[in-house]
Amino acid sequence: MSVWRDVIGQEQAVTTLRDAVADRARMTHAWLLTGPPGSGRSTAARAFAAALLCPDGGCGTCHECHTVLDGSHADLTVMATQGLSIQVKDARELAQLAQHRPSVGAWRVIVIEDADRLTERAADALLKALEEPVERTVWLLCAPSVEDVIITIRSRSRHVRLRTPPVAAVAELLTRRDGIEPAMAEYAARAAQSHVGLARRLARDEGARGRRRDILRLAGRIRSLGDAMEAAANLAAIATQEQSASSAERDAAEKTRLLEQLGADPEARTQPPHIRSQVAALEKEQKTRATRFGRDVVDRSLVDLLSIYRDALVTQAGSPVELVNADLADEVRTLAGALSSEQLLLAMDAIGTARERIEANVPPLLALEAMAISLRLPR
Amino acid sequence: MSVPSYVLISGPEQVIAERALASTLEAIREEEPDVEVVRLEGSLYEPGSLHVHTSPSLFGGRKAVVVRDLDEGNDALIEDLVAIVAQGSDAVLVVTHKSGTRGKKALDALKKAKVRIIEAPAIKSDRDKTAFVTNEFRSKGRKVAPEAVRALLEAVGKDLRELAQACQQLVDDTTGVIDAATVERYHGGKVEATGFRVADAAVAGEAAEALRLLRHALATGLDPVPIVAVLASQLRQVARVASAGRGRSADLAKQLGMAPWQVDRARAAARGWDGDRLGRAIQAVAAADFDVKGGGRDPVYAVERAVLEITRQRAGGAT
Repeated sequence: MSVWRDVIGQEQAVTTLRDAVADRARMTHAWLLTGPPGSGRSTAARAFAAALLCPDGGCGTCHECHTVLDGSHADLTVMATQGLSIQVKDARELAQLAQHRPSVGAWRVIVIEDADRLTERAADALLKALEEPVERTVWLLCAPSVEDVIITIRSRSRHVRLRTPPVAAVAELLTRRDGIEPAMAEYAARAAQSHVGLARRLARDEGARGRRRDILRLAGRIRSLGDAMEAAANLAAIATQEQSASSAERDAAEKTRLLEQLGADPEARTQPPHIRSQVAALEKEQKTRATRFGRDVVDRSLVDLLSIYRDALVTQAGSPVELVNADLADEVRTLAGALSSEQLLLAMDAIGTARERIEANVPPLLALEAMAISLRLPR
Repeated sequence: MSVPSYVLISGPEQVIAERALASTLEAIREEEPDVEVVRLEGSLYEPGSLHVHTSPSLFGGRKAVVVRDLDEGNDALIEDLVAIVAQGSDAVLVVTHKSGTRGKKALDALKKAKVRIIEAPAIKSDRDKTAFVTNEFRSKGRKVAPEAVRALLEAVGKDLRELAQACQQLVDDTTGVIDAATVERYHGGKVEATGFRVADAAVAGEAAEALRLLRHALATGLDPVPIVAVLASQLRQVARVASAGRGRSADLAKQLGMAPWQVDRARAAARGWDGDRLGRAIQAVAAADFDVKGGGRDPVYAVERAVLEITRQRAGGAT
């Protein structure tokens, strides 16, 4: 039993990090962990933190390991944002915190889970703390790729690259850790393209599986302009559905808690001004969170959609690579028959463009419409 | 015409409400030339001041108390108003209320006390504005040609206050019948274009008109971002209506979640389009949206290109 147990399919990276724990000479003050979404960046960062703080170098059973892994250790700070970006005031707080000695363990560990969401000013605020480290502070930054953090952060940290874990490893983790049946785990891991968190959700939630299938089936159905407009509206609607289903409850709970903390009466129809302003601030935060969540959901749907075109291309090329959507073989074959490989590539390109546009704040519906129009099958 | 003890001016249109207030005070002055007018702001009301101003004065002069914006008033104002209406007031009480349900208790009390209500309804549609302008001139004893009204609305039709001022200026500065040429002399070359008018012209394929309106819209301070958003929504409506097939527009409206008039308009606009060209137009707008939000260097160029692309697709789409 070791803290590294849940970091799957990353032998090289784990070896590097383990060596650093064992040998002070191989340790450094700032690490940049990169890897595709779902490859376990934050899991790896936590495991590394646990190994650093554990007296036995990461036994996975002691008090230190437990508290680090569930995020309550006194010397561990985890910065994760649910909004669109990490603001400069949060970064300044972290920079200040970095100057403190650790209180119980050997290191003060600061983990930034979404270093790619640091705003430029926030990243600048961290530079000094990263450049002239206090002796026993270590920074762990996580980002999808090195290009996602500004160059001055890149040059001040040591880079460890995680790769996409193999499907078998993800399935094994789902079975072992979450008690999911091997067949389902295998399907989910493949469908989620080795994204651990997504795979778990797919395996557990029948609704998520159904929505994924609906999205994939869209590909073979778009023939006329009307179909395209409808498909785009459906895709956007699925996103809003997921968004409201998952956030409405939490938003309400947060508001009740805030009112309780302020000693206000949650039943009152109108609140006094000073409470109103706090509630408004909370609601604004919730709204940015919902925006980000909605975008993430659309993006995920598009990645799913991409996979079926990829499968069609693989089938056409006749290469012995495994299909992502083995369960939708008919749809894959239809697509492979209806479109030439050039057209398939153009379709994938259109999906990529839509993702890029949504990222750049184009209204999802418009970007999806433009994409769906490009995905029309020839009559 | 004698003024009753209570007057309520109700409605959101400020220009009309102000005129109603002025004419009411005028009527009171006619009856009682040395009346004292007290003005109170709803949002700044201090408890008790209504009682102070409406109680009988030792010196015998009559008073008129104007309470502005009851809808922004605090609770004290509403309570005091209700109390005064219940006990009867010595002064004339003029209350203005823009809209909403705030102060409903006071409004109900006033209505029970046989208040005179003067309506100041919102003027938004072009027809209301036409009637307003025509009335403006007629009340000053001037004749106006219908084309002149249209030209005036196009030039300064956005804000009613501005429109009223423009009418006043024309009345003061000109003589005889006000025709299109008169309006042209004072407001020529000024067009208040909105994104909707740009989109309408573009979807109809009128390239020159669309570009002209676009330039006007940008010159009067409209941002490219909302213009692109309107282009997208108009094209979307056309596309959805065009592909929904035949059927009564009321049914279609329900099915597509649009208003019936939108369906009818989109239907009319859909003539002359086909699926492929409409698709290319939507794609051009999506590309422009990306460009105006930082993807391209020049937002204005991006919108202009999208407008031209739409009109070209409408015209036939060859290259």
